Amino acid sequence: MPAAILLIAFTHYPTVATVIDSLFSKATAIRPSRFVGMLNYQRMLDDPIFWKVLINNAWFALGTIPTSIALAILMALFVNRSIPGRSLVRMAYFTPTILPMIAVANIWLFFYTPDIGLIDQIASWFGFSGHNWLGDPGTVLPAIMVMTVWKEAGFFMIFYLAAMQNIPPELEEASQLEGATRWYYFRRVMFPLLMPTTLFVLINAVLNSFKLVDHLFVLTKGGPDNASNLLLYYIFETAFSYFETHFAAALTMVLLILLGVMALLQFFILDKRVHYR
Amino acid sequence: MNPSRSYSQVFHTFLETGAAWLLAVLWISPLVYAFWAAFHPGEYAVNFDLLAPLTLDNFREALSQAPFPRYALNTFILVSTILVAQLVLCTLAAYAFARYQFRGHKIAFALVLVQLMITPEILIVENYSTLARFSLVDTILGIGLPYMASAFGIFLLRQAFKSTPKELEEAARLEGCGSMGVLWRVYVPLARPTYLAYALVSISHHWNNFLWPLIVTNSVETRPLTVGLGIFGAPESGVNWSVISAATLLSVAPLLIAFLLFQRQFVQSFMYAGIK
Repeated sequence: MPAAILLIAFTHYPTVATVIDSLFSKATAIRPSRFVGMLNYQRMLDDPIFWKVLINNAWFALGTIPTSIALAILMALFVNRSIPGRSLVRMAYFTPTILPMIAVANIWLFFYTPDIGLIDQIASWFGFSGHNWLGDPGTVLPAIMVMTVWKEAGFFMIFYLAAMQNIPPELEEASQLEGATRWYYFRRVMFPLLMPTTLFVLINAVLNSFKLVDHLFVLTKGGPDNASNLLLYYIFETAFSYFETHFAAALTMVLLILLGVMALLQFFILDKRVHYR
Repeated sequence: MNPSRSYSQVFHTFLETGAAWLLAVLWISPLVYAFWAAFHPGEYAVNFDLLAPLTLDNFREALSQAPFPRYALNTFILVSTILVAQLVLCTLAAYAFARYQFRGHKIAFALVLVQLMITPEILIVENYSTLARFSLVDTILGIGLPYMASAFGIFLLRQAFKSTPKELEEAARLEGCGSMGVLWRVYVPLARPTYLAYALVSISHHWNNFLWPLIVTNSVETRPLTVGLGIFGAPESGVNWSVISAATLLSVAPLLIAFLLFQRQFVQSFMYAGIK
């Protein structure tokens, strides 16, 4: 079947090829590629930039995922009630989702531009001086996280919204009769019922935090001094700017292993806990 | 219910509506801002004056500096090629998985699902060398190829086909339909909502995709909008901010307009595709 051929050509074959390639050295004009065993991995472990991008990625995930999930739940709660202009509000939340990351980054780039950018302009009204948000290693990653949360929260919202509409309204009425506060209802009834959604969103969010690096091309190129570099962007740089395909293959292996672990987590642990009913 | 409680409830509702609206305004403001910058002369980019003169110069400027219509055409060809190929391939594969018990079908399906986790973006290095071997680098087909057999599509359609009652298939067979006829007359029409949902998700995903097209393309004839915009907006190109805003709007406009018109279908499709 043609579908099988394409899948094998672009998913399975490259996965295997990555494993093999990562064991070979870089081919040069005078010296062809040869088997080097774990040398690429050794080099990776000794590479400070590798550790830096890995830690960055962890911070990036930690910084964006809980915030966007919390915001997504809040948004879904807002638009799940009949408030005036509900569809407009929902549209506002969801619009960032359909924009390309690259366009979003273009817009936000200007917000973060030192002195003439929007954030610095507003800050200057209150007497703060300009700050190079994307040029300062201390603020570059948080700045990118804020943008990512903005982009993703609306996407996760619709899953929560769908889940909330499946919760029978009797539950809320019953808990009101029992005198439960709304916070108590949310914490003890709604949130547990939303657990499957949260897990689904969580997996997606983690995947995205590794897969989505488009904004780095416009905003920072991983800089300054790799302060905002993420794993996939580093792979891209290694392979297509420095042409170190074999080292890039070793880096890809790390990404594949991370994703594999997540797949296992999803299939074996989470699946059991989700179907509690 | 006593009156004081209902007062506090009214107050709460009021507060909540306010908060919901505040968040909505905050959320949409970057986009509104891009509109502002695009339709006003450069010096008003940070100077919010309601009487600022409106202008289309930024759009003209953007169009004169980069071939956005060509990029748009490329994106359009890319997205439609991928979609057509996906629909055909995924339908056939999903039909096989849903209705035929061939040897090793469980393993085969598990291998398909691998792609849900390991998406083509992650394997950029190897996929690039595969394309290079077939000399498909810098072709629109090359951008689309890794995505055409979509595990997500196979999965969604398989679910839809499985929920189709078997009796309908049997009835169609009695009427003299072959297996392709059954697929075409029974399964495909009944899975229409799934097709719609999948198509919308696929279109918006590939319209917005950036990393892989960036790697594969290096000429104006193949570059999709996102890559064109990425090159256009690179800080070192030193383009005026308002012009970048205009270019950004140009490239998102078709999708944004489609979204605003079919908002309900979009939201429902994403929901549907997400819940599975």
